[in-house]
Amino acid sequence: MSLNIVVLAKQVPDTRNVGKDAMKEDGTINRAALPAIFNPEDLNALEQALRLKDANPGSTVTILTMGLPRAAEVIREAIYRGADGGIVLTDRALGGADTLATSYSLAQAVKKIGNYDIILGGRQAIDGDTAQVGPQIAEKLGLPQVTYAEEILDCKNGYVTVKRRLENGFEVVKSPLPCVVTVNGSAAECRPRNAQRLMKYKRAVSTSEKAALADAAREFVDKHPYLNIDEWSAAFVEADPEQIGLPGSPTKVKAVENVVFTAKESRRLDNNDQDIENLIVELIANHTIGG
Amino acid sequence: MANFYTDNPDLKNHLSHPLMEKIVALKERNYTDAEKFDYAPVDYADAMDNYDKVLEIVGDICGGKIAENAEGVDHQGASCSDGHAHYADGTVENLDLCRKAGLMGMAMPRRLGGLNFPITPYIMAADIVSRADTGFENLWGLQDCAETIYEFGSEEQKQKYITRVCQGETMSMDLTEPDAGSDLQSVMLKATEQPDGTWRLNGVKRFITNGDSDIHLVLARSEDGTKDGRGLSMFIYDKRDGGVTVRRIENKMGIKGSPTCELVYKNAKAELCGSRRMGLIKYVMALMNGARLGIAAQSVGVSEIAYREALAYAKERQQFGKPIIEFPAVYEMLSVMKAKLDASRCLLYETARYVDLYKAYEDVEKERKLTPEEKAELKVYRKYADACTPLAKGLSSEYCNQNAYDCIQIHGGSGFMKDYACERVYRDARITSIYEGTTQLQVVAAIRHVTTGTYTALMDIYKAMPFSEELADVKERLGKLVEKYVAAVDAVQAVNDPAYTDFMARRLVEMAGNLVMAYLLATDATRYNSESMTKSAKVYANMAEAEVVKHSSFIASFKPEELKIYVQA
Repeated sequence: MSLNIVVLAKQVPDTRNVGKDAMKEDGTINRAALPAIFNPEDLNALEQALRLKDANPGSTVTILTMGLPRAAEVIREAIYRGADGGIVLTDRALGGADTLATSYSLAQAVKKIGNYDIILGGRQAIDGDTAQVGPQIAEKLGLPQVTYAEEILDCKNGYVTVKRRLENGFEVVKSPLPCVVTVNGSAAECRPRNAQRLMKYKRAVSTSEKAALADAAREFVDKHPYLNIDEWSAAFVEADPEQIGLPGSPTKVKAVENVVFTAKESRRLDNNDQDIENLIVELIANHTIGG
Repeated sequence: MANFYTDNPDLKNHLSHPLMEKIVALKERNYTDAEKFDYAPVDYADAMDNYDKVLEIVGDICGGKIAENAEGVDHQGASCSDGHAHYADGTVENLDLCRKAGLMGMAMPRRLGGLNFPITPYIMAADIVSRADTGFENLWGLQDCAETIYEFGSEEQKQKYITRVCQGETMSMDLTEPDAGSDLQSVMLKATEQPDGTWRLNGVKRFITNGDSDIHLVLARSEDGTKDGRGLSMFIYDKRDGGVTVRRIENKMGIKGSPTCELVYKNAKAELCGSRRMGLIKYVMALMNGARLGIAAQSVGVSEIAYREALAYAKERQQFGKPIIEFPAVYEMLSVMKAKLDASRCLLYETARYVDLYKAYEDVEKERKLTPEEKAELKVYRKYADACTPLAKGLSSEYCNQNAYDCIQIHGGSGFMKDYACERVYRDARITSIYEGTTQLQVVAAIRHVTTGTYTALMDIYKAMPFSEELADVKERLGKLVEKYVAAVDAVQAVNDPAYTDFMARRLVEMAGNLVMAYLLATDATRYNSESMTKSAKVYANMAEAEVVKHSSFIASFKPEELKIYVQA
């Protein structure tokens, strides 16, 4: 059975290697100091999608990303690894979106893609760490959802069987298609870029990137239609202006605090209940753990 | 996670050598493939960008998973059961990654599913792979064998086998036997022709790297009753046909992830590759030259990791209140390690370019007649490739052993423990100066280029190249050393005794090697305007001078009639 697979991917600042200049003085992220990367768990999702494609010849994997026009980098990266193509949902009106507005916008784009069998995405993005967007999209599209997926075991007869990672083990669940599956970082790593695909698609450009090209390069892209990456606007996906971007985002950032963890001294505890209990009480009191 | 390509700017420098433009134009037939294949480059800049981007994939995989797996692969090793060899888990994962990344059959033409890369970027990938896991380089690097099928096999064999190699099937070259090691003329494995034109192989092969591969090139005796190399032919054995079992695998000192097999051929079906009787005298020689360049690359990779491990440890390890890198005894060792590494890398890519040029001409020659100028160039480049290959293999493998030794030395007692990578590097390094022809056999291959003047011709070319102001002194000193080298060669030849020449051969070849590498390092440092290479060029020139003077003095003082005191009974 061939499947139309949509993978949601996000370009994020690489928060795993945060240096001294990662934050500006006003507490916002200094994006210039952090390289933009493919959100790691979205790569795990891409691998599951590519495995589905391998197992179901004729399937297509489409990447959907929302962000600045440069998010086309994520699509190229996915194509190098085996995806068939992708769409950049980009529009000034989409800026400043919280998870509610983001999931609405992406859901609209998924509807526009239409005819999807399964929508995959990473569990969460490393910039916001909310894990809300995938589940919200499922809700908005009225689809069943499987979260914390570690492996898609099987996909046939209109059902997908998924192994989910739990805190102390795993469970196997079955869902009818279409559905949304969010994939955990413990799932298989994404396959590498493929040399031939990279050489073939390295000139792939989004609509706005193409506009900025020199004539010869643009003509080359025109001659090779597979090098075009579509850009969709909010209007194109028929998004309600009130539900997108800042107007559609009830979440407001009140303040950002720059917390510096310091460990000046070490303490020695004995291996007895009393010492451990004292420590727990102390850590709760100073809000290191708990509420 | 490191990228083993981008973290090493020297690689990009070597890739940008001006000769590449010619190499790529030949290899790409002036970029005509672009009309037929969507991943073919449209011009030189496009091709170079492709190599750069693909090497970045290699560097990413190597700096990530393959390097990460190296320790586990070394501990687990390959195993043997049920007549087959089995890779360590990490090796299986490494191969899977290389297949998915499309890094198999890199140098094969596109029409057979390859990337049509010149040898130079392919060898660069080997250099990078070896740094990550030296033993894995053997398995990955055996894709080289496809070159032999490409050069000498029938079109049908190319379509059948090379396409499979490009899809990721592995290869082996089954040459050695219990009684035929360096002396391959003694190969006994028997090939018998069948009425249908296929052949059956019977006998035993030993020390076969990746001997349970999918596609084997087998050297066998096709001519009944013959005893020498002229009775040997090359065959292709397809594992899918069966008939070969792995009797055992060797328990080796290093490169433990690469299974070294003893193979039993029981009526194994095989196809003749190329012409009968040409197996050893033509095909194995071609195969060996490719393999030797591969080992030179492997050696450079070993030198690289040895240097990096030593450097990192020397910076970190404190003794007497400071990092040990601040002690002259330690920083000298590190500088010399780096100089040997840089020098062997310069020679590696110089050799690769010569191989690229003559092979590209040979391949073009299959399609059209070469012009007289092209023919002359082919001849010269082949000669340079023939001269540089044993030098690169011989000296780089010795250097990587020395670097691995010094790497442990810098680690002190800790280096003797299993806790650090250096002990694995030390064990892995050891084979490089033995297999695909020992250093002693590289000397045999190189000595005729000493006596016929190929190396001095190369030195003349390098001498005429630009040297940075900072290296002007090096240039002058090297000029004087060349005179010493020529005098030593003349002195040895004047004795006119083959045994005496053999006795002095290693000294002469080392002198030639030191000088060629010193020149290359200085001219490359100038060309790439590289500070670190300039430093290495100076360190290496100091070392080369001491070496050349040492050998020169030994030869000058040696009385040929005293050769007999060295004869052992």
